[in-house]
Amino acid sequence: MDNYLNGILVIVLVLNLLSLGTSRINTIIKAVSAQGALLGIIPFVVHQHLTLPAVLVAVMAIALKGIVIPLIMVHALREAQIKREIEPMIGLLPSIILGAVATAFSLLFASQLPLASQHVGKLLVPTSIATVFTGFIILITRYKALTQVVGYLVLENGIYIFGMLLIESMPLIVELGALLDLFVGIFVICIITNHINQAFSSMDTRRLVTLKE
Amino acid sequence: MEFALIAVPLFVAAVAASIPSNRTRPWLLPLAAVAHLSLTALLLMHPEMTAGSPWLKLDPLGRIILPMISVLFLLCSFYAVGVLHYRDTQLNRVFCVCLTGFLSVMSLVVLSQHLGLMWVAIETTTLVTAPLVYFNRTPQSIEATWKYLLIGSVGIALALLGTFFLAYSSLHQGIEPTLAIDDLLLNAPRLSKSWLHAAFVLLLVGYGTKMGLAPMHTWKPDAYGEAPGVVGAIFSGGVTSCAFLALLRVYHICEAAGEGAYISRLLLLMGFLSMTVAGLFMVGQRDFKRMLAYSSVEHMGILAIGLGIGGPALFGTLLHVVTNGLTKGVLFLSAGNIHRAYASKSIDQVHGAMRRLPFSGALFLAGFLAITGSPPFGPFISEFSILNGAFDAGRFATGGFFLLLLLVVFIGMGSTVLQVVQGRASTAVNFTPYREDILTTMPVVLLMACVLVLGLYIPSPLIAALNDAVHFLKGRP
Repeated sequence: MDNYLNGILVIVLVLNLLSLGTSRINTIIKAVSAQGALLGIIPFVVHQHLTLPAVLVAVMAIALKGIVIPLIMVHALREAQIKREIEPMIGLLPSIILGAVATAFSLLFASQLPLASQHVGKLLVPTSIATVFTGFIILITRYKALTQVVGYLVLENGIYIFGMLLIESMPLIVELGALLDLFVGIFVICIITNHINQAFSSMDTRRLVTLKE
Repeated sequence: MEFALIAVPLFVAAVAASIPSNRTRPWLLPLAAVAHLSLTALLLMHPEMTAGSPWLKLDPLGRIILPMISVLFLLCSFYAVGVLHYRDTQLNRVFCVCLTGFLSVMSLVVLSQHLGLMWVAIETTTLVTAPLVYFNRTPQSIEATWKYLLIGSVGIALALLGTFFLAYSSLHQGIEPTLAIDDLLLNAPRLSKSWLHAAFVLLLVGYGTKMGLAPMHTWKPDAYGEAPGVVGAIFSGGVTSCAFLALLRVYHICEAAGEGAYISRLLLLMGFLSMTVAGLFMVGQRDFKRMLAYSSVEHMGILAIGLGIGGPALFGTLLHVVTNGLTKGVLFLSAGNIHRAYASKSIDQVHGAMRRLPFSGALFLAGFLAITGSPPFGPFISEFSILNGAFDAGRFATGGFFLLLLLVVFIGMGSTVLQVVQGRASTAVNFTPYREDILTTMPVVLLMACVLVLGLYIPSPLIAALNDAVHFLKGRP
């Protein structure tokens, strides 16, 4: 089972780098939705005795992250009529390199962490840390409001991966609540991005600088 | 009972969504607030009326924060009716629904005895309050809402990671992982120390973002500056207190695990950083609503410092949650009135508020004196008690630095406030037709009265509740 799990996690890591290395917002959204859907499969791989509610939650996670949220974002993207992240704060190649360094660091760091015996040899912890870092890199270095939302989604994915360590014991209602919050959050944020677009004729967050000291 | 506290405001929110009249809808806010306060009072006086659910329970910490939020919301709700009548051309459906929904979610935060559930509730407060910040529909308010949503969501995401770390700290030691607070407290001494430390750092950053501790406070001046005054009042008294309560729960677990010394250093660091940043930005601040936001950053810093000192300062810290919440209500509501009358919140335009708005001007001044810790108001007692705690604990440098920062803040805030209330309005200013009426002044007067009473004489039930909570924080179930 561990091989399947680690295989999925390697793809997740590759998707991290892909989302750092493209300027087409559409591609980033697709990469992140693929990542979200893949993560939704993990419970079926790691958990031997899935109960019906657990299956339902996993299916909901796949549907939300893989289908619903990307659709909302693509819709917002079409409304805003933008395609590319122009001139991010640091170039695409440096972003990938930074992402790769973060991934290597996470692998090293995770090997130092005290882990429970059943989690040794799985890539869950390093992938989680690397994905959280990737989310932060996107959040900090990209200026388009919508790309920042994607960064937030990647960050959430990283946290979700860590949650997989606890899947045997976390009450489902909490996971459901977290998913629901994520969905509503993205929904609200997309509405706001639309308003930003209308009010400033751009989704560039560098225009949001009137409020400062 | 606990369910009713959450369900009743939610039900009123649903009613508010379906009422077509823009003029009568705001009256649902006081309705929800009165119902909420009565339920709270009933639950406080008859603790046996609890539903006995393990996930929802009013613990000794909640007994302090829930009534404060309820009273603050009640007075703010009447004020909100006055404000919404004044601007009755603007559709207020979303505003009313979100505000009552917000009351429900805040109750959920206070009542939840499960870190996961509490996390969900705090995240939800971010979502329901975003439309409130955006109420004025100006480009600036969009900007403020965007920053609030993004920074708030990222912060709260880190808190989720911290919550997972906390659960893992028990899994690592072979204990059945749980997020129920009672179980965590019981198992606290056996939790894995390194995971617990990491969890605390993430939770401090996460909930600290929501509280507005520096350096994660950057959303606060924008959001408080652009949101209507009544929203600012509920934010700085309600949301921040809820986030602080979350931090208190985590503190309690770490303390029970015997990690008090480690977390105390972090709390003191963040607390002093917040007070310093707030002091620096308050000096020469030209926007009086942003100034109030920095004052909120400062007081969150005071709470963190009080918690960091711990032991003898805990009583004052918990009391400060109450006095700060109520005083912030006075300040934001009176500042809202001044903003409405002058259509400006810059001290370049706003002078002579005392003449133009005798009540609001005087209340703004009194609120300033109260929040900076002048006697005979409530915050004086709580700040003095924290200072006393610092000296009792033998932390003389901490206490001295704390005093110095209070002085800096007093001077910085004072110069701005005095420019607003004193002098004559320049002739260039076009006053709006706003006149002080009973709905927009009376709640502020009552809040101020509460702050004054707390400074002169703390009612014995409150003292008992505070002692209970301090005892609760020091012990384990």
